[in-house]
Amino acid sequence: MSYELIGISVLWMFLFGYIIIASIDFGAGFFNAYSVLTNKQHIISNIIQRYLSPVWEVTNVFLVFFFVGIVGFFPSTAYFYGTILLVPASISVVLLAIRGSYYAFSTYGKLKSNFWTYLYGFSGLFIPASLSIVLTISEGGFVYIEDSRIILDYLTLFTSPLTWSIVILSLTSVLYISAVFLTWYASVAKDEPATELMRKYALSWSLPAILTATGIIVELRMHNPEHFARLVDLWWMFLISFVLFLITTRLIWLRRSYGLAFHVLVFQFLIAFFAYGISHYPYLLYPHLTITEGFTSEAMAIALIIAFVAGFCLLIPSVLLILRLFLLNKDYIQGKIK
Amino acid sequence: MDNEQAVLYSRMLTELTLTFHIIYATVGVGIPLLIFIAQWLGIKRQDEHYILLARRWTRGYIITVAVGVVTGTAIGLQLNLLWPTFMELAGNAIALPLFMETFAFFFEAIFLGIYLYTWDRFEDQRKHMLILIPVAIGASCSAIFITMVNSFMNSPQGFEIANGNLINVQPILAMFNPSMPTKVAHVLATAYMTSAFILASIGAYRMLKGSNHVYHKKALLLTIKVGLVFSIAAAVIGDFAGKYLAEYQPEKLAAMEWHFDTEESASLTLFGILQNGDEVKYSIKIPYALSILAHGTPTAEVIGLDKFPAENIPPLYIHYLFNIMVMIGMGVTFLGLVYLIGKFLKKKFIHRRFFLWLIVASGPLSMIAIEAGWWLAEVGRQPWVLRGILRTEDAATTSDQVDLMLYLFIGLYIVLGLASAIVLVRMFRSNPIERELADRKGGG
Ligand code: HDD
Ligand code: HEM
Ligand code: HEM
Repeated sequence: MSYELIGISVLWMFLFGYIIIASIDFGAGFFNAYSVLTNKQHIISNIIQRYLSPVWEVTNVFLVFFFVGIVGFFPSTAYFYGTILLVPASISVVLLAIRGSYYAFSTYGKLKSNFWTYLYGFSGLFIPASLSIVLTISEGGFVYIEDSRIILDYLTLFTSPLTWSIVILSLTSVLYISAVFLTWYASVAKDEPATELMRKYALSWSLPAILTATGIIVELRMHNPEHFARLVDLWWMFLISFVLFLITTRLIWLRRSYGLAFHVLVFQFLIAFFAYGISHYPYLLYPHLTITEGFTSEAMAIALIIAFVAGFCLLIPSVLLILRLFLLNKDYIQGKIK
Repeated sequence: MDNEQAVLYSRMLTELTLTFHIIYATVGVGIPLLIFIAQWLGIKRQDEHYILLARRWTRGYIITVAVGVVTGTAIGLQLNLLWPTFMELAGNAIALPLFMETFAFFFEAIFLGIYLYTWDRFEDQRKHMLILIPVAIGASCSAIFITMVNSFMNSPQGFEIANGNLINVQPILAMFNPSMPTKVAHVLATAYMTSAFILASIGAYRMLKGSNHVYHKKALLLTIKVGLVFSIAAAVIGDFAGKYLAEYQPEKLAAMEWHFDTEESASLTLFGILQNGDEVKYSIKIPYALSILAHGTPTAEVIGLDKFPAENIPPLYIHYLFNIMVMIGMGVTFLGLVYLIGKFLKKKFIHRRFFLWLIVASGPLSMIAIEAGWWLAEVGRQPWVLRGILRTEDAATTSDQVDLMLYLFIGLYIVLGLASAIVLVRMFRSNPIERELADRKGGG
């Protein structure tokens, strides 16, 4: 395997990690706000708080890891994406900042008021929407080069159906992933009403999620036929992903093994995400930048991979520890220990 | 927007974000160490007061961490957005420490989450204290790694340039560049020092507001001891930083000392103002001191600004910044010394109002010194972003909307700054130490 392939695989893996745990976080914030709005707060906010409190900062690091890593392995992305993303990425940063800090203020600083709950909940939906724009841009067609200046064509971008389908996909998947996870979490907490409510949300978001995902493939056919052709070559991966989707919804429908359902869901997204990634190869920004052109020097690549392996060896035991103490700890989830 | 304006606004936005982040980052580096010391003393001496210090500091710390994390994320992205050319070039050579920094963040974030939620989970309090060690190490390593990147900007090495491309990159050599040792050590020492004095300020303020609890006296003694140790360290390392400059960045040293002509037995210019470009008024000259600062011997030759073309000379106002930093450093060190001597001799004046007010001032002053120091270091590197290789004006984005983004972020920082201050004040006001002590006794 070439170094650039190792690099992009690792980064893609971390981006996937971010998408899953951030989806849970964003969705949880939304469901929390929604429950306040509909006066069902007593049912789920306890569950949501217990899950979010110890991990919110870790979620953020996944994102940081991804963008620092991609500039490390592919310095040219800094040049291309740095120039075009000034506005969209700045808006995402502001939203992330408001959301992250107000979570801390209200949880640790006891700043309690419904306003913050709403702010926190709804800003969480704008973040995936604004971040997903990057994926759209990477498909090409929105960026042109003029007098060696890179320019993003906002008008085409915001009038393209592809843009909006990707935005909607990001929202439906956030809510679907989050609802499935929280169903499981609530069932481990032996909290019947919360489980039922989250199960209902999970089922109602399942169909929109799969429909929008299919919609994207159709959109791509128009927008970037070359990419579409490579997607079609990978039809079997999408098929597996779809079967896994059916298993998850079936399990939830039958109120059986919510834990298994969530794990199957993770695999469903993993496979689809990698199928998408593989079909995107070798472009980082279609058609201007490929992973070989944008790659760093060999010495740096080796150094980064060594650092990554070393860092990972530190990280794994720490992650296991936090999982054991909080996320997989029945006594903690059920509120028997603080 | 033309390119000049894009550069101007990119500069302003970078300065703003870094100036804001560094407040929270400094506190984020230093406070875990102090929490650790307090908890350790509490366990060792079986003294509930120190445990409570650790607990209360932690509660405030988590708020500053939150703002540190979100503003840090902002800089990380912004550096790419505003300085794409620089990041592309730098990414080829200095990506390694940036990448390692994210692991330090991971480490800190994970263990901080655990630490916060396990105060009462362990039978043995020492186990809980151990969890703080990775938090403190992670925070300090973040500072170490990012400062390595910054030192690389001052003394780039570990690569060669051919046709505008970087070749023969040696990541380790780039990390361990000449300005790295003094810079990293100075940044760490001043972060610990500043955090200690900020906590001392809070203690002194509570005493001024009428709380006469022995808890605050213990807090004051502990924080000032730590602060003093690190302020002395900061001055010693600062002296080395000057020697480094004399060797590798003489134009920065000359500009910050207003040393115009190359000469032997150079004298040090303190204070003063500059008129008509190069007339120094109202200053104090200390004979031989600059030669000693720069090279360690009174007669050594110190390179002056005359050796550099005008377009490579940094702005001369950094002299003021240098004076502010050094004066605050010496003043605060002196204050700590007087307090400890007073404490040792059991003098009353250390708990008098005027003296407590001085201690209250020490925290914010130290933070001002941090800001002055960074502005000195960064403005002193101008016109270069990568000294000798890439000029700042050539590195900025060509995007047209930088000014809008500047206003956006000004708004964000106002909101974050105010909110974090309000939350912190409310947190401690609504739960004064007397009440918390009583609650804990009652609750068992
Ligand atoms: C509480 C803060 C504080 C205090 C009391 C001092 N410094 Fe400092 N100084 C810093 C905080 C700082 C800093 C913010 O940490 C800087 C900015 C960049 C850096 O590397 O450290 C810095 C930079 C800095 C530089 C520039 C280094 C460079 O650009 O490469 C020099 C020469 C000194 N310092 C020297 C001193 C001396 C001789 C001091 C004697 C008392 C001193 N500092 C006290
Ligand atoms: C440690 C990592 C740091 C990095 C990688 C970094 C990066 C940069 C870059 C790319 C510039 C050029 C843009 C410009 O001129 O504005 C710059 C300048 C500047 N930075 Fe830093 N910086 C760091 C730390 C800091 C800190 C902590 C502060 C402030 C407290 C700071 C304050 C400034 C200032 C004031 C300038 C502007 C100098 C001028 O244009 O006259 N920097 N820095
Ligand atoms: C250009 C310069 C800088 C960049 C790109 C940067 C980046 C970041 C990022 C991305 C975070 C958030 C990490 C997370 O998600 O947990 C962060 C936090 C932090 N930064 Fe910075 N930073 C810079 C300058 C500095 C400097 C100069 C220092 C110290 C002297 C520093 C110390 C810290 C610390 C300790 C944290 C952890 C948060 C806390 O504990 O408060 N950073 N930084």
